[in-house]
Amino acid sequence: MPFGYVSPEQVMKDRADYARKGIARGRSVLVTTYVDGILFVAENPSSALHKVSEIYDRIAFAAVGKYNEFENLRQAGVRIADLRGYSYDRTDVTGRMLANTYAQVLGTIFTTESKPYEVEITVAEVGETAVGDQLYRLTYDGSVADEQSYVAMGGNAEAVSSRMQQDHRDGMALGEALALGVAALSTADGEQRTLTAAQLEVAVLDRQRPRRKFRRLLDAQLEQLLSS
Amino acid sequence: MDVFAEGGKLPNAFFAPASSSFTDFLAAHRPDLLPGKRAQATEGLTIEAPHGTTIVAVTHQSGVVMAGDRRATMGNVIAQRDMEKVFQADEYSCVGIAGSAGIAIELVRLFQVELEHYEKIEGTTLSLDGKANRLSMLIRNNLAMAMQGLAVVPLFAGYDVDGDEPATAGRIFSYDVTGGRYEEHSFHSVGSGSVFARGALKKLYRDDFSEADAVTACIQALYDAADDDSATGGPDLTRRIYPVVTSVTVDGFRRLPDNEVEQSTQQVVDDRMTQPGGPIAPLR
Repeated sequence: MPFGYVSPEQVMKDRADYARKGIARGRSVLVTTYVDGILFVAENPSSALHKVSEIYDRIAFAAVGKYNEFENLRQAGVRIADLRGYSYDRTDVTGRMLANTYAQVLGTIFTTESKPYEVEITVAEVGETAVGDQLYRLTYDGSVADEQSYVAMGGNAEAVSSRMQQDHRDGMALGEALALGVAALSTADGEQRTLTAAQLEVAVLDRQRPRRKFRRLLDAQLEQLLSS
Repeated sequence: MDVFAEGGKLPNAFFAPASSSFTDFLAAHRPDLLPGKRAQATEGLTIEAPHGTTIVAVTHQSGVVMAGDRRATMGNVIAQRDMEKVFQADEYSCVGIAGSAGIAIELVRLFQVELEHYEKIEGTTLSLDGKANRLSMLIRNNLAMAMQGLAVVPLFAGYDVDGDEPATAGRIFSYDVTGGRYEEHSFHSVGSGSVFARGALKKLYRDDFSEADAVTACIQALYDAADDDSATGGPDLTRRIYPVVTSVTVDGFRRLPDNEVEQSTQQVVDDRMTQPGGPIAPLR
């Protein structure tokens, strides 16, 4: 039957398959809690095109998938956060608000645009204490999940997740969490690879820092942490 | 504040490519939030509102120091005696304000967001000249208000991380109400007491100042300003209200803690007990 009726289920399934395929092509990103906040580890050989970025004082953004699409979302997020912080107060900008906005935007794009966004993102907010740390995982169709402890996204997400499930524990030191994260990302198709500092993009939301908690770990710091 | 005016979709302004300026974004999306775009009062009417007074800045061997007195006046009334008029702009710069206090504080807030916004969108910081020019634009947007007597005159200073050496990396910029930007050398002062502060700094300034020397020079200059200008507040020893002193060096911005400023101020005041005019410069 060359043309005619296509069921809504089929349309949604096709779109979801399309988005999932796009996301699965990319390298993985891991977001995990550690004793002083939240750690982001991404396999990303580029030092200019980031997968992990600062949104606001306590909030950061990690993404996998199509660069131009998640970059669009990131910039919109920075504008939303700065607009809210400027019109109200810095403490009124929250990860939950941002996650809700992204969920609506992604949901609308998924159902109304000619193609869905091929992205998966995590909005992370660091709290005053570990109890206040929040991780929101958002998928291409606007689904949002409030995750505990860690989120793995991208092509190899399942393998990374299972490694994390095995070894993650609350209250890990930065070095320990980083070593685990790198080990988890190195597990691909049942094989172990070696990831060097130059192939990694690493950042933290460190609750010990004043005001702006986001900090990138540069190659030299990374090598030092990885070797110790 | 509803960002979803178009039902589930963010307005296009949020996705506009190649705009790293928060002010431009506000102008496109929420022009009502811009300080200069407010409904104008009737022409010929001047509004009485608190005014901030004297700010001084002095460069030294490892950066720049900026300080401000704590007084805000409204006519001949002291509106506030512990006002803060020197602010951190970003990691490597600070801004002090003289003029209409309410508008100045809002302008500084916008300037702070502007710098941070650029940094987050672009992933890199603006050059010191770039920051100075952005501030210039914000002042220019306030021109209509300035015509009604609500002028804002900031003093901007920072550490130029792209500079050649620390001794010349501390830089100072002054502005006029039309947004004109002028780079100052060695030291500068703005506000009602600035004439006296600048006179003092002219006699006190040395090329080989350390950070501590620059702090002392700022406190001396503010003392002289308060001595001769009624709108500038001197150190309030009974209430323990001292000038706000900030420093920007290669290590970034730092606001000097109250006990440090208290010590330096007490020293200056003690010396003036025997010499009310302050240090005497050699005649030749």
